[in-house]
Amino acid sequence: MNKAVNGTTTAGTHRSVLRRLVGYALLIAAGLGAVTAHTCLAETPLISKKAPELVRTDLNHKRVDINAYRGKVVLLNFWATWCAPCQLEIPRFVAWQSQYGAQGLQVIGVSMDDDPALVRKLITKLKLNYPVVMGDEKLGELYGGVLGLPVTFLIDRNGEIRAKFQGETDLNAIDMQLKSLLNHR
Amino acid sequence: MQCSLISRSAMYAALVAALLLACPQSPAQFSGPGIDSSSAYSVPQTQLLQAEALNHLLQATGSTPAKPLVLQVGSHVLFAQAHIPGSEYIGPGSQPEGLQQLQKRVASLPKKKFIVLYCGCCPWNRCPNLGPAYKLLHDMGFTNVKVLYLANNFGTDWADKGYHVEQGR
Repeated sequence: MNKAVNGTTTAGTHRSVLRRLVGYALLIAAGLGAVTAHTCLAETPLISKKAPELVRTDLNHKRVDINAYRGKVVLLNFWATWCAPCQLEIPRFVAWQSQYGAQGLQVIGVSMDDDPALVRKLITKLKLNYPVVMGDEKLGELYGGVLGLPVTFLIDRNGEIRAKFQGETDLNAIDMQLKSLLNHR
Repeated sequence: MQCSLISRSAMYAALVAALLLACPQSPAQFSGPGIDSSSAYSVPQTQLLQAEALNHLLQATGSTPAKPLVLQVGSHVLFAQAHIPGSEYIGPGSQPEGLQQLQKRVASLPKKKFIVLYCGCCPWNRCPNLGPAYKLLHDMGFTNVKVLYLANNFGTDWADKGYHVEQGR
């Protein structure tokens, strides 16, 4: 009887330890995952500087001048049709443009594709509700070198760059910063 | 005793967590069954070249070791901003035009030619260009093809490390 009780207790202890082990593993993984996501917040000498000049005609033939959005918070997203993580982000940007537009958000897309025809197709497919201009190496260099995608800048109402995100990013982190900038008038 | 159990289990948990986190990005997953050939993961691990090793090769003086033919199979706009000195722009390996251009470029080369492919458009596990480009050269019979492993992108894993770059198309 004692053996049985002891056996049950031992098995119970093992199960408990196992549960604890899995629990710790998940916690640590989540914690490290969060750290990994934060590493997408990239350093750049452009932080707290005025956003470099960006005057282009978008794919709907309308003029886009980043200085004309002074007073708004701008989310400037460099992307391309061949960039898989970019296409994961875009639906969130579309949702934010709808959700936060009235509070003063303006999303602007910069496609780093070579062929605008491919970009037009994707704009239609993903139902983009914000302007998209074609980028090039000159624009990339102005923004500190866009040598890998996606890259997203958050620009405050005064036209100053407040954050740069590069690579696969935790979109909730962008959302938090965005809300903070939108609340700051 | 309970504390000891907890601390030991916490240690194991950390190990498990580290493994869980490391696995999705580990090159050890390359070329396993069921891996899509359009993924960079389809490139065999043995064919990967680290940035430091390529930089060393390119900086070496003299005729040995032999300098590779370095081909960029990604975005032209990114190539124009910065590329490996001496490398040639081919076109995106994810698109038929890029693969045609690659086939044309290597058509007259000996099958033992040392070729290095690179892209760096986006995180390694998301790059659509390297898998198809490597597969094409492999299927054409090239036996000395390496693929530059850039975990994040060309900016972070090459330019930001201080390795030389050139600009222009």
